[in-house]
Amino acid sequence: MIRAALLMLLLAAPAWALDPKEMLADPALEERARSLDHALRCVVCQSESVASSNANWAEDARRTVRELVADGATDDEVFDFFVARYGEFVLMSPRPSGSNWLLWAAGPIMLLLAGLIGVMYLRGRETAAAPHEEALSPQEAARLKEILKE
Amino acid sequence: MITELGHFALILAFIVAIVQTVVPLIGAHKRWPAWMAVAEPAATAQFLLTAFAFGALMWAFIVSDFSLQLVTLNSHSAKPMIYKISGTWGNHEGSMLLWVLIVALFGATAAWFGGNLPPTLRARVLAVQAAIGVAFFAFILFTSNPFVRLVVPPFDGQDLNPLLQDPGLAFHPPFLYLGYVGLSMAFSFAVAALIEGRVDAAWGRWVRPWTLAAWVFLTIGIALGSWWAYYELGWGGFWFWDPVENASFMPWLLAAALLHSAIVVEKRESLKSWTILLAILAFGFSLIGTFIVRSGLLTSVHAFANDPERGVFILMIMGFFMGGALILFAFRASAMEARGVFSLVSRESALVANNLLLAVSCFVVFVGTMWPLVAEMFFDRKLSVGPPFFNMAFSPFMLVLGLLLPIGSAMPWKRARIARAVKPLRYVFVLALAVGGLAYAMQTGRSLLGPIGLFLAAWIVMGTIVDFVQRAGRGPERWGRLLRLPRADWGKMVAHSGLGITMMGVCGLMAWQQEDIRVAQFGEPYDVGAYTITLDEVNRYEGPNFLSTTGYITLAQDGEVIAQLKPEKRIYPVAQMPTTEAAIDYDLARDVYVVIGDEQVGGGWAVRTYIKPLTNWIWIGSGLMALGGLLSLSDRRFRVAAGARKTAASPVPAE
Repeated sequence: MIRAALLMLLLAAPAWALDPKEMLADPALEERARSLDHALRCVVCQSESVASSNANWAEDARRTVRELVADGATDDEVFDFFVARYGEFVLMSPRPSGSNWLLWAAGPIMLLLAGLIGVMYLRGRETAAAPHEEALSPQEAARLKEILKE
Repeated sequence: MITELGHFALILAFIVAIVQTVVPLIGAHKRWPAWMAVAEPAATAQFLLTAFAFGALMWAFIVSDFSLQLVTLNSHSAKPMIYKISGTWGNHEGSMLLWVLIVALFGATAAWFGGNLPPTLRARVLAVQAAIGVAFFAFILFTSNPFVRLVVPPFDGQDLNPLLQDPGLAFHPPFLYLGYVGLSMAFSFAVAALIEGRVDAAWGRWVRPWTLAAWVFLTIGIALGSWWAYYELGWGGFWFWDPVENASFMPWLLAAALLHSAIVVEKRESLKSWTILLAILAFGFSLIGTFIVRSGLLTSVHAFANDPERGVFILMIMGFFMGGALILFAFRASAMEARGVFSLVSRESALVANNLLLAVSCFVVFVGTMWPLVAEMFFDRKLSVGPPFFNMAFSPFMLVLGLLLPIGSAMPWKRARIARAVKPLRYVFVLALAVGGLAYAMQTGRSLLGPIGLFLAAWIVMGTIVDFVQRAGRGPERWGRLLRLPRADWGKMVAHSGLGITMMGVCGLMAWQQEDIRVAQFGEPYDVGAYTITLDEVNRYEGPNFLSTTGYITLAQDGEVIAQLKPEKRIYPVAQMPTTEAAIDYDLARDVYVVIGDEQVGGGWAVRTYIKPLTNWIWIGSGLMALGGLLSLSDRRFRVAAGARKTAASPVPAE
């Protein structure tokens, strides 16, 4: 009895990511649909794309992507379709629009800033006066020598 | 009984840690040797007590003591022994106990091997380390006590998440924690130095072994985790830019930067305040990582969904240590005067560039990880930041880093002539370009990623080897001298080569992966790339705590059978959870990765096949990086600096 129940559970297992029966016949369209799958987030999962998720929601999303692609929708139209229904959250990476430019620009801006500070520091080192002797007590000097020996 | 003793030992360890925080700090301030000397036995006692508590918890898991709530929730009597043991840290409470055990372990090693440190510095380091311990002991005892009993123990447990029942993942957390928590040592050294008000070459030398050890463990931990994701999650991804992964990657980047800047402190007495800041931030990012994972803040995106109380507690710990350290830094940083003078073209500058790239790339990861929160709080936009962003925003930094690496490491200290430093590398550069060009010509499609990866790998590996060989000078004696070069030089070469090799693996896999999904009929072969796949049969069988559906697949190339693959999918009835066990034919040139799917209504089974070129080099490279770190750690000068104990007993002169 328990075995039968377990077998039922086994058979009722969820679908595994993309299933052959979901695929489009046209390889070029299927290719596009797959790259779209990777750019869409499964909204009921934890950081998984529609392409890799086993959730029912992701399965439906894959089917929808294929229907739209088969109807001749462009990539942007597919994204618009999903964003209109599930919000921006459904996109794997946010579009560089509005406040999001800050996200995309954060790295380059930081690099410029840090680079500027770095070059200023290096310039300073280049022209620095000869190091003045810091007061090291005799014991400390002896100790440092001992440590730095070898 | 043992459980109660363990609980008691944990409370005692908490008290010892409090003593270890307060007494040596006062002792160091007043120059009282007896008070400072408390730190050493206290650190040992704290470690032994915590180890006992951890052992007691592990014992409860081993004998399946279901009167413990934690064991009931995370274990099952039918589970294999190794996963009963790894179940100890496969949950929040147990893993926090492991965390604090490692804090105590690192503190104890500083007490055992830190005989050569000046007594005040050692007392302060141990006190700061104990303060971190105090915070986390309190966290465990007040919010996540692993020793909570059940009034009515059940007959059996609820099982560990089956995804975690895997050898790769069993040892992933301990390594990761050794890395995360090891950075606490660098933090303690930084704060102690700030309290002392001085940083010198010797400090740079003392802090490096611990940072190096932490970085090595972090490297191994991250590599194990990504390898696990690769073979266990069923589609062969190795890195997902998931918040939790980023949480481990950010400290790794900063620790790598810290390792390099500490060299400048040691050799040239410059970059002092930056190194101190890095040490503080590296541990800060470890705390942020812990916070992200424990609070459920980012995984679910709905803020503080998991456990607000724990999240707030860790946030307070983080605020206290980061805030305190940074305020101390603001007051004392000006005392860290740089002494070395060097020109704009020099090893020093190259290491500054290394730090710049690593720190900014860490910042990019940080911004990307936190952006969903920021966007929701300030712009009222609910969005997510995934792999496409990170691949585009992060990779350029690694590309530049890889390009600069051989040049920078060939430069001499103080003042370099760029033409002279680059001269021996020009053949290497041409050769590397040729390798990249060849890859570009041979590939199908017009992707630049793969050729770039091969070019970088060739450039970095050959560049570091040429630099290494040059170190031995010229003449017939050079090969003998090469063997006698310091281990640190060997470590540098091996670790840098490892980085290049990992880059090659990542680029190769991402550029040239092939995917095939189809319905396979029994005994009907089909081609994927250069390979022929035949599904022979599908069987069901019963494992110790799971049910399996196994496909039997023959993999052939040019008419010759090269492997029998057995992809499985399993159901763990107790945890009600399915897993995929992909079958992988490993090879240095490529992996063939096969996953069995569902039985189809019209007959046949869904089978997914991936050809993944160069994949294994990702982990071979990581292994080399870790090996390089270990080689460097075994260098004689660290042992000389850290191991001489006989001077430890000398009294401190009164002021």
